[in-house]
Amino acid sequence: MNNNFDALKKHASSIRKNILKAVYTANSGHPGGSLSSADIMSVLYFNHLKHDPKNPWAEGRDRVIFSKGHASPLLYSVLAETGYIEASELDGFRKLHSRLQGHPVYHKCPGVEATGGPLGQGFSFSIGMALGLRLAKSGSRVYTLLGDGECQEGLVWEAAMAAGHYKLSNLCAILDYNGLQIDGDVEKIMGIAPIADKFRAFNFNVLEIDGHDYAQIDSAFGFAKAKTCKPTMIIAHTVKGKGVSFMENNYTWHGKAPNKEQYEQAIAELEKAEVK
Amino acid sequence: MADFKATRNGYGEALVELGAKNSKVVVLDADLSKSTMTYMFGEKYPERFFNMGIAEQNLIGTAAGLSAAGFIPFASSFGIFASGRAYEQIRNIVCYAKLNVKIGGTHGGITVGEDGATHQGLEEIALMRVIPNMTVIVPADFDEAKAATMAACEYNGPVYLRLGRDKVETITDYSNRPFEIGKGYVLADGSDVTIAATGLMSAFALQARSALAAKGVSAAVIHLPTIKPLDTKLLYEYAQKTRAFVTCEEHQIACGMGSAVCEFLSQNIPTPVKMVGVNDVFGESGTPKELLEAYGLNANGIIKAVDEVVKLKK
Repeated sequence: MNNNFDALKKHASSIRKNILKAVYTANSGHPGGSLSSADIMSVLYFNHLKHDPKNPWAEGRDRVIFSKGHASPLLYSVLAETGYIEASELDGFRKLHSRLQGHPVYHKCPGVEATGGPLGQGFSFSIGMALGLRLAKSGSRVYTLLGDGECQEGLVWEAAMAAGHYKLSNLCAILDYNGLQIDGDVEKIMGIAPIADKFRAFNFNVLEIDGHDYAQIDSAFGFAKAKTCKPTMIIAHTVKGKGVSFMENNYTWHGKAPNKEQYEQAIAELEKAEVK
Repeated sequence: MADFKATRNGYGEALVELGAKNSKVVVLDADLSKSTMTYMFGEKYPERFFNMGIAEQNLIGTAAGLSAAGFIPFASSFGIFASGRAYEQIRNIVCYAKLNVKIGGTHGGITVGEDGATHQGLEEIALMRVIPNMTVIVPADFDEAKAATMAACEYNGPVYLRLGRDKVETITDYSNRPFEIGKGYVLADGSDVTIAATGLMSAFALQARSALAAKGVSAAVIHLPTIKPLDTKLLYEYAQKTRAFVTCEEHQIACGMGSAVCEFLSQNIPTPVKMVGVNDVFGESGTPKELLEAYGLNANGIIKAVDEVVKLKK
């Protein structure tokens, strides 16, 4: 367990820079919702996940599933940061014949556990994965990242109902609650509030945290592991585009690439904010 | 005396046998287990049976997750819902990754009967065969459904089994051989025309052949339980031999088995074809027998198509 969050913050900064580089190089992709979950993923991968990047399909591994698969720049940057893939491979993101497809594809690349992007499907897949691991008497856990706009999908609630019904305590879902989706404010387009009550009513342990506060993220994952009778939903209040001033809380950065000037400014901002 | 049993029962019985043979087999249902016959597995192996409630999208997503955890899931519902409501899950999660998920879609076809058009799947072959990596099987009878289910379990990859509600005549014999995915069977030979049939229509094809023989027309009957991959070798051989085809299926004519046959024949050995099936309309309530007659899905419908296609022969 690493309680020195400075090291995790350095990893998160490096992940953020790679997200921007990948999207800038591809000239397409989804930076906003990738940046918002970077701190959560840094804590998960470096402090909690049972995994071995050099043996990516090891039997006893925990599974991470990006149900909000459009955050693929985050997933691939995390895989580079943790050593599943070389950082140089990120240059091939979204390019022909690359393992780093626009949206993640099941086992296409080491560390990619599920196809994600068609919203709700990764969460539903997680239900089967958690049921299967429990049936196989495995101690592995399933971590699934969802978006807030994603919760407008009916399938999310079919899956949530099943997770509660089957008491999948080996499932820990994280909701990246940044409040924005492609067309604008989640609450203006199709409100999901009160989302914590909704998941509670579906028989989840619900934790609400600041998704950029490392101590809170860290203790939430610890709490989820200790629970043995219910699935957990960590509702992480986040800032879309976190770390880049002109992307923060701006829905237009959901799915577009920065130009050269914007890219350079973003990298400069992230470097300036880095823990020395 | 002919034996009459439903293909869904063959599926249900096979699952019970598979449960004993293979601890990796798990079965999921969406609150229709008494109709899909998966309840038999559920009673015997409750720890490996998951009722997902009336939620077909999550039925398929969960099955996909179970396959990724090393199990062999058989997910069941009525075909209309399994193939329709969960279509995108089947495409994006199951087939794209070629996950080892088997889908048992029962109540396929117009012989669902009294429940009416909303519950009569007439498009599943079309929807499923267009997806890359998918295998599509339409058994003709109880024995074939059982054998095909066993074969689907052995095969590593997604399979859609289209099964029926009503009791149908047993015309196949798998007592001494396994079901081979992708293989068509010659049920009776002939030289003037080939009747290619799938599902319960194969029994009607045999009836039509007898009536045609009395009129001096020699018809071959080939039975195609696997729609995808198609037995193109057999199709080629019979196109060469008879130079005319009639296809028969309890499904929309558009994009079904007949269309698959035409896709192959037109590109490789252009052959006149007439297609027997449901012609771009919805079904309705009625008894299975009444419906088959009303929609021309019987020996008479086949004989009429044979008469027409023979005239097209050069």
